[in-house]
Amino acid sequence: MDSSLDSSDSIRTSGLARTFTTPRGPVEAVRGIDLTVRRGEILGFLGPNGAGKTTTLRMLTTLLAPTGGTATVAGHDLARDPRDVRRRTGYVAQSGGVDPAVSVREELVTQGRLYGLRKAEAAARADELAHELGLTGLLDRPCAALSGGQRRRLDIAMALTHRPEVLFLDEPTTGLDPGSRADLWDLVRRIRAEWGTTVFLTTHYLDEADALADRLVVVDRGTVVAEGTPAELKTRYAGSAGATLQDAFLAITGRGPVERDAAPVAV
Amino acid sequence: MPTILTDTALVFGRYARQTLRSKAAMTFGALMPSLYLVLYGPLLAHMPLGGTGSSWQVLVPGLLLQLALFGASFAGMALIIEKQHGIVDRMRVTPVSRLALLLGRILRDAALLTVQAAVIVLVAVAMGLRAPLPGVLLGFAFTAVLALSLASLSYALAMKAAAPTSFAPLVNAVNMPAMLLSGLLLPMSLAPGWLDVLSHVMPLRYLVDAVRAAFVGHYSDPALLRGTLAALALLAVSVTAGTRYFRKAGA
Repeated sequence: MDSSLDSSDSIRTSGLARTFTTPRGPVEAVRGIDLTVRRGEILGFLGPNGAGKTTTLRMLTTLLAPTGGTATVAGHDLARDPRDVRRRTGYVAQSGGVDPAVSVREELVTQGRLYGLRKAEAAARADELAHELGLTGLLDRPCAALSGGQRRRLDIAMALTHRPEVLFLDEPTTGLDPGSRADLWDLVRRIRAEWGTTVFLTTHYLDEADALADRLVVVDRGTVVAEGTPAELKTRYAGSAGATLQDAFLAITGRGPVERDAAPVAV
Repeated sequence: MPTILTDTALVFGRYARQTLRSKAAMTFGALMPSLYLVLYGPLLAHMPLGGTGSSWQVLVPGLLLQLALFGASFAGMALIIEKQHGIVDRMRVTPVSRLALLLGRILRDAALLTVQAAVIVLVAVAMGLRAPLPGVLLGFAFTAVLALSLASLSYALAMKAAAPTSFAPLVNAVNMPAMLLSGLLLPMSLAPGWLDVLSHVMPLRYLVDAVRAAFVGHYSDPALLRGTLAALALLAVSVTAGTRYFRKAGA
């Protein structure tokens, strides 16, 4: 199946789909997504609410089984080898994923152990991650005591525990102040520069997509409706490379990103 | 498979530390059955409850299983809160064993409830309970197995439930008939025929009868064998259902 997979591709999906059964009948949250992400690329995954972004992300991270199509993530088939996919990918959900009552150090060590490190290795890795992400002084505080920006850095540190090839970020800067957002962009760029990590991020902030992503994929109603570099999308859909990404986005989706979620997307 | 053992120990350790941090969780669970002992137990002292042994040997087995029933069936509440913090997904994207994610949690619940059961027996001894030690230990084993089963079902339900508001009423709706139909508070041997017959559809009844037999030292009583079979069957079904929901992607 994946004999055609180019070794420079980090993610490749073909007709990836998910239909939810609800009391009111089937809901096609994702209707068939074809996309390719190259190794070391920062991909911005955009779309209005309910377009299928989070559902796609949940499928690519093995949290949700697709009901159609195939995908290869970090060299492994999503359906056949979910464990191998898990070993090579990291995921930061919108809600993060740390217990507010637990200390930063305990969460980092537990995460290392969940990825199969021995106790001493996990403790050393926790110190190393804290150093790399500027959390060293915070190790013995409960997660609840961290600021929004510090919390996000911790979430990302958790997802980098096992040095993943692919990092999935679901709306990583939602709720952060402008300074923390800028810091987070720098962090994402540094992760890619230092470790060659592929970054797949969803966002509602078009300035973020413009500033951070090498390439954009826009989804609407469960399918890919446009893709290209930010400059290409502006030229193609808004008339000139000098237009804003906002203009291009509205031209592509025909509406603002304000609709309520239609699909029963899991939290 | 050693991974499942180390993974289970890891998950157990995380949640055991969580319990130890929360003094309220440790003491509160044992409080309700202790109140029954002190404020309700004396009422039964001179009642004709049938069978052999004292009223404490009838009451305490019921209280142990009641502790497991209420303690374990609400275990899923914590999971719903963890889901909202993204903790469940964060663990499910790691290669950790899915079965361990469930086993570590339910073993913590069973350990906590067994410790609380021991506290209740100590209070009961102070109140006047006299029962053979092997029988009491059997009572702890039944408490633990029931806790493992109900906690599994509770976590399975919590994986499906979107919010505590839909979870708690459903658990209550199951717990009330389970408590009343199993003879937890008074033995079903006192019941009129129709109620006694009806109570046999409730698996918990067999466990209650078994622990009461153990507490009076009737180890060859068929009730003990029936209770053991019912407890093991319940455990097998519950853990299978629980793992299914932890394995299956949440939708």
